[in-house]
Amino acid sequence: MKNYNKKRLILEGIGLILGILYLSPFYIIVSNSLKSKRNILVDTMGLPTTLQFENYTTAIEKMEFYKSFINSAWITFLSLIALVLFSSMAAWILVRTKSKISTLIFMMFVASMLIPFQAVMLPLVDFFGANKLNLLNNRFGIVLMYIGFGSSMSIFLFHGFIKSIPLDLENAAYMDGCNVFQIFYHIILPLIKPISVTVAILNGIWIWNDFLLPSLVLQEKALRTIPLAAQYFFGAYSKDWHLAMAGLTLAIIPVIIFYLLAQKHIIKGVTNGAMK
Amino acid sequence: MKKSMKRKLIFWGFLGPSLIAFTIVVLVPFVVGIYYSFTDWNAVPGSTIHFVGLVNYKNVFNDPQLIRAFRNTFIYSFYAVFLINTIGFLLALLVTQKMRSANLLRTVFFMPNLIGGLILGYVWKFLFLKIVPNIFQTDGNMLSKPSTALIAMAIVATWQMGGYIMVIYVAAIQGIPSELLEASKIDGANSWQNIKSIIFPLVAPAFTVSMFLTLRSAFMIYDVNVSLTNGDPIRSTELIAMGILSKAYKELNFAQGQVQAILFFVVVASVSMIQVYYSKKREVEM
Repeated sequence: MKNYNKKRLILEGIGLILGILYLSPFYIIVSNSLKSKRNILVDTMGLPTTLQFENYTTAIEKMEFYKSFINSAWITFLSLIALVLFSSMAAWILVRTKSKISTLIFMMFVASMLIPFQAVMLPLVDFFGANKLNLLNNRFGIVLMYIGFGSSMSIFLFHGFIKSIPLDLENAAYMDGCNVFQIFYHIILPLIKPISVTVAILNGIWIWNDFLLPSLVLQEKALRTIPLAAQYFFGAYSKDWHLAMAGLTLAIIPVIIFYLLAQKHIIKGVTNGAMK
Repeated sequence: MKKSMKRKLIFWGFLGPSLIAFTIVVLVPFVVGIYYSFTDWNAVPGSTIHFVGLVNYKNVFNDPQLIRAFRNTFIYSFYAVFLINTIGFLLALLVTQKMRSANLLRTVFFMPNLIGGLILGYVWKFLFLKIVPNIFQTDGNMLSKPSTALIAMAIVATWQMGGYIMVIYVAAIQGIPSELLEASKIDGANSWQNIKSIIFPLVAPAFTVSMFLTLRSAFMIYDVNVSLTNGDPIRSTELIAMGILSKAYKELNFAQGQVQAILFFVVVASVSMIQVYYSKKREVEM
């Protein structure tokens, strides 16, 4: 028994050291984000000698943090609502329709999950360009793109879940005189809530953090998302580490808050997505 | 007749929004992209496009920059797959032990996974430029040479993905029947024997799956590449995903960039298909 306790103590010790090691990059950027330029030059590892909160006010202003936060939130939120709604509609009708065309369309969505974004980006940007669809530098344009790219995986996840829902409920509702829209809204949507959360989380992490797509289609300064603003800011202030660190901390804070609030759902959702 | 019409209308109505977005954003560009790869497409609005056959493909395979990018990607992937899986597995072993801090540690190890690669790359750029040389008392930094810059990228990827792979291994380890471990304990097996003879063989299928998962993400890495080195010095640390963009937007050679994109698709899709094959096989076995 004593031996067991000793082993456990060693394990807790290893865990503590690894945990601190894993978190140390966060400590480094936060502590340096509060130092003065001179303070960073002489000491990068220690705590700040004086707390310089102006770094944050400067970073917020120069990075246009509020604006880019709102842009990111707007694009992510609208894309998620559309993805969850449209994909669940499509998946439901694909599961409930037994026909060749239905199977074929589902197979097409599944197969397209193999296509990496890079394989289509050059023609896509061209196709959305000024002389064709004219949807570049347009918030709705990028939301449309996220719906298109996100729909395969979302439909796949919804499809797997809806398959296991028995038909009885829907049939009973038909008997009672409900139409398709009522059935979808009142019966299906509440039933698929768990998988909707997974779909929203997986797509949400991807869209919020995405850099490549917005860097290609949102060139206008007023439309910058957080990753774009961070790239611009880091490039412009790479000699002023104290400001750069404040900017990075600002970019990370929303994600950490979200993680701490919805941690259980996130880990479960991400594992679900990976296992499929 | 009327009823089947209505049914068709409902079918296409429910499918419509997703299908239209998917067609515009994925299907059309994918098909057009294949066509463009056989032409002299240059993305200039209004210019006519001529069919040129396999010329672009021939040029791409003789492009030293692409060969270098491929070599970099293979070296990087080797480091990344090895590091991520080793660390992920060790972390999973740790957090599945009977200990009070197990849940807290899981939360901590998983956290970097939620932060985008671009931001993580910038965080580590500071660490590699200012902190690491300070700790080891050297003047040089890992990002200035291609050989060490690729290792630096793998370290960032490990910090980002280690916790994610850990979660997959945790699920596999927790799937091991506890009677098995208890029985071996009664037979006098020590922890190492347990790991070697029970945990390792039973986690092996999950190992295959996460190997391909990490390999796929290693081939596709872009954000960390941009923020950590941006391909510098002189495009020597460019990996294949970044190579496509450089070919198109820096060299303004869109047709050849598209050929690279198609090669990229073939490689990534092959890796994914092997992964799906093994996942399915595992499900059957379980």
